[in-house]
Amino acid sequence: MADVKSRPLSPHLSIYKPTITMTMSIVHRITGIGLYAGTVLLAIWLIAAASGAQAFATVQSFIASPLGRIILLGYTWAIIHHALGGIRHFIWDTGAGLGPERMMLARLTLIGSLVITVGLWLFGYAVR
Amino acid sequence: MSTSSAMKTPLKQVRGLGSARSGTEHFWRQRLTALANIPLTIGFLCVVYATLGKDAETARAILARPFDAFIIALFVISGVIHMKIGMQVIIEDYIHGEGSKIIALALNTLFSIAAGAACVFAVLKLTFGA
Repeated sequence: MADVKSRPLSPHLSIYKPTITMTMSIVHRITGIGLYAGTVLLAIWLIAAASGAQAFATVQSFIASPLGRIILLGYTWAIIHHALGGIRHFIWDTGAGLGPERMMLARLTLIGSLVITVGLWLFGYAVR
Repeated sequence: MSTSSAMKTPLKQVRGLGSARSGTEHFWRQRLTALANIPLTIGFLCVVYATLGKDAETARAILARPFDAFIIALFVISGVIHMKIGMQVIIEDYIHGEGSKIIALALNTLFSIAAGAACVFAVLKLTFGA
């Protein structure tokens, strides 16, 4: 047991040069953590709505503030990015998409998440 | 190999769960909730769009409509199950101390249940009124 520390280590995260596929995998986790924290905001929004019109108006006005909009924009991007990442995982689950095309899938996830997020917000401003 | 399986009871062998004491339920449940989350997120977005630009009283009435409340509740339930398993994977990957891992796993479960219950309770209160 005394020799545990001198055992050879296999290469780990900080050894490898970052690649787009590896970065996208990390971003999938980070957006997941972000959405986890975002559940608190969803709970606050719903509890305020359940509490009454005055409480809901307070929370709604915070969401409409610049900081609130930035948080909501981040939440939108996180959920779309995580959803597209999840679809990528479904493709991988079938055994497909693991060859060189995984680079294309990674780029599609990133670009798609940005395009859809902007689209959702433009649609939101159009229908309000 | 044959020796170790001979040491197991027939029930233990047929369950085939090994030292982790659980099989592939988490893997499968994570995919099931992921699949459900796609239409539920679209449904939740539709509810949010319906409330945009409305005053607080009108927006509350929209959230309280039975179908809208139902969609929000399903979105929350599927979401918190998914995020609980996801966070558990992250904890098991990065937290190696046995004590701190158990505490983190317990907090993860408690947080997920609390967040989910708070949202569902709020939706039920909205839709059933008063």
